[in-house]
Amino acid sequence: MGMTITEKILAAHAGVEKVAPGEIINAQVDVALGNDITAPLAIKAFGEMGANKVFDKDKVILVPDHFTPNKDIQSAEQCRLMREFAQEQDLTHYLEVGRMGIEHALLPEMGLVGPGYLVIGADSHTCTYGALGAFATGVGSTDLAAAMAAGEIWLRVPETIKFIYRGDCQPWVGGKDLILYTIGAIGVDGALYQAMEFTGEAISALEMSGRFTMANMAIEAGGKNGIFPPDEITLEYIRGRIKNGYTLYQGDEDASYAEIKEFDVSAIDPQVACPSSPANVQGVRELTGVAIDQAVIGSCTNGRLDDLRIAAHILKGKKVAPYVRLIVIPATQEIYLQALREGLLEIFVQAGGAVSTPTCGPCLGGHMGVLGAGEVAIATTNRNFVGRMGHPTSQVYLANPAVAAASAIKGKIVHPEEVVDK
Amino acid sequence: MKIRGRLWRFGHDVDTDAIIPARYLNTSDPQELARHCMEDADAAFVERVQPGDIIMAGKNFGCGSSREHAPLAIKAAGVSCVIAEGFARIFYRNAFNIGLPIVESPEAVQGSQEGDEVEVDLASGRISNVTRGTTFTAQPIPPFMQELIRDSGLLGHVAKRLKEQG
Repeated sequence: MGMTITEKILAAHAGVEKVAPGEIINAQVDVALGNDITAPLAIKAFGEMGANKVFDKDKVILVPDHFTPNKDIQSAEQCRLMREFAQEQDLTHYLEVGRMGIEHALLPEMGLVGPGYLVIGADSHTCTYGALGAFATGVGSTDLAAAMAAGEIWLRVPETIKFIYRGDCQPWVGGKDLILYTIGAIGVDGALYQAMEFTGEAISALEMSGRFTMANMAIEAGGKNGIFPPDEITLEYIRGRIKNGYTLYQGDEDASYAEIKEFDVSAIDPQVACPSSPANVQGVRELTGVAIDQAVIGSCTNGRLDDLRIAAHILKGKKVAPYVRLIVIPATQEIYLQALREGLLEIFVQAGGAVSTPTCGPCLGGHMGVLGAGEVAIATTNRNFVGRMGHPTSQVYLANPAVAAASAIKGKIVHPEEVVDK
Repeated sequence: MKIRGRLWRFGHDVDTDAIIPARYLNTSDPQELARHCMEDADAAFVERVQPGDIIMAGKNFGCGSSREHAPLAIKAAGVSCVIAEGFARIFYRNAFNIGLPIVESPEAVQGSQEGDEVEVDLASGRISNVTRGTTFTAQPIPPFMQELIRDSGLLGHVAKRLKEQG
């Protein structure tokens, strides 16, 4: 019996020939990541473990991105603790405000994660890096502390569900729609404890930005990791970025899967997840007319350059509806700069949108666009739980950047074709 | 170790934003976090929960973010144990790592009501609903997790390993 791509990466990092689902392994980590919410707890636990030095100063990465630029004194104190630890440990990659980005957009962009890597991060959306053919999973702060100290982590080898996406996507349909459709089909625990392997011709045709979006939301189906077999598009993306080498793994023909699910994507419309679950998914046409107060385009899910280009294409020469706030947040400084050079930011500002420095900010109701009682947002983010973006009675609809931009113009949820021709 | 307490019932897919909203994550002080435990699911919970009470919930408890603040808030609010039909993956790890007792038993959840008095024997996995006079058996804890418990959580486990490595 062969192994899946996930099993191969885990076996290689556990230093064994073969692993099987259910087995507990001790694996070497290539990258251990923390942010301004999770790292402070991890740093405390690191001390309590009796650890003095991180296992490798190049492999422990800290990014203050959630409540930054510091939204209040308490947030500033959390960042200060993290910055002091980074200085004391002489970390190579402490990525400061003004030179950073949202961690899961930033690390791939900087070439700090790559195919075949084993990455753990104290942030549930660490699974994003699976887009590159890496094994990446989210953990808590104590697990991060253990990995920072020992360079290893215990993992249960997950079963794999293989998803096959057939056909060509309709206009305005991309990675966000495919993953929302998938979560809608299998539920928020449809892949609990499991690896989600994404394949098929619609996936082969998908750009890296769409693959990052899909892998990012594997956790929204309860998945341990999402993973894409690396191909030419992967290699094109990492060329010139990766600094420390990489390994391309492919699953064996006779690998064993817990389940194989096939979807025909050719009839799928842009998808929208309604309050208050990422699995509460409908086609955008079913929701046309739902009034919104705010549209957010950004986050680790959809704040990449391709996302901003789509949004700008829709917003060019248009105006945001009265009493509606459009907030656009390029995910990294590099994306911000490129969007500036291409004139995208000017389009957003001319349209009446607010453009923010990179931050997770509103996605988790932190700052830069928190919702009041009863307010409704359409957002390109990943979660729409009760109170996620602010007041417990506020509501969040999750969608792709084209739908969010078109809805900002109309002041209600609409299909992008109502605003612009493809 | 035996735990005895009164049940608080919640539904399926209780997410970590419901357990501790992200707006309060600008601190990691457990007592501070405990003040907002379950706030968006039941605003009255924090005022009414008594030390030793037990949370009971449906499937996929603790889904969403990786914040360890979630089990920390529950523990610091005085909750002695969470019994659920099932747990989300990261929450499951985090609970063991910080020493919040959790047990899986769909039967116990289905056979109990809010306010029932329940006793949990963590060693044997026996759950007794004292109010109803019924007993249930929890899913066994995986051997590796038992080892973690013996080492007093992941902190102790890693400290032991670091010592072994010199």
